[in-house]
Amino acid sequence: MVTATWYLILAAGLFTIGAVGLLVRRNPLIMFMCVELMLNAVNLTFITFGRELNDIGGQVSVFFVLVVAAAEVVVGLAIVVAINRRRPQATADDLSALRG
Amino acid sequence: METAVFIVCAAIVLAGALGVVLARNPVHAALSLVGTLFGMAVLFLNLEAHFLAAVQIIVYAGAIVVLFLFVIMLLGVDRLEDLSVEPITGQRVLAAIVGLGTFVLAVIFILSSSIGPSDSGPQILTRDITDQYSNLRQIADVLFTDYVYAFEATAALLTISVVGAVVMSRRMARSDETQDTKVDD
Repeated sequence: MVTATWYLILAAGLFTIGAVGLLVRRNPLIMFMCVELMLNAVNLTFITFGRELNDIGGQVSVFFVLVVAAAEVVVGLAIVVAINRRRPQATADDLSALRG
Repeated sequence: METAVFIVCAAIVLAGALGVVLARNPVHAALSLVGTLFGMAVLFLNLEAHFLAAVQIIVYAGAIVVLFLFVIMLLGVDRLEDLSVEPITGQRVLAAIVGLGTFVLAVIFILSSSIGPSDSGPQILTRDITDQYSNLRQIADVLFTDYVYAFEATAALLTISVVGAVVMSRRMARSDETQDTKVDD
């Protein structure tokens, strides 16, 4: 029988991999994917606690996280496209100013 | 059965996550992300969150990863990245220490805390999961009553983000034009 503890440890592992990837990688697109990994780890935690506490609110929270993640990806990728138009092949290290 | 599904899906999720971090080609990273998201959807089914499992496949594995792939192809950045160079000295060691610390601390807290309904804390906005109605109907019930203001706010958020994305690409195009005419002069 898989208890909630195992799901939470899996979520912690996934969050850690995402965080390390975000710190190590320099490609903005990969960094966005790592943020998605971290958000997914949080989603798994929400659903696990929701089932454990017998509360539907956990699943509703995941619904909102999904919406925010979608909005974040849309704006983030628009920024990546806009930056790439001006400075092709720019990595996260090259982008130290908010101006184009 | 639940145990077997959990073990297989946990392996898929972790392998996909490692693939995202370690892949040299962004396209391979995006495809590894699909594996992670799919395994996560099956875990949601395991946890009896049927609606969110479907949404996970449609929104994440469908829309978001396709958006990633579109941008990768549009920008032509699907070239191999050299991962052997460390841009900042000691960055990877420090990142590994931070990651290990996060994981160990999280596991310690998970193992030392007792998870379960408490009678002492505030009991606001809780709605029990029942077998009486379907999962979708329970979520909808809560979403359109207790969380209706947050739901309307997400509608505003999505509209703002779409307008923001359009404005951002238009303004850049316009300033490019003015720059081009300056160069011509």
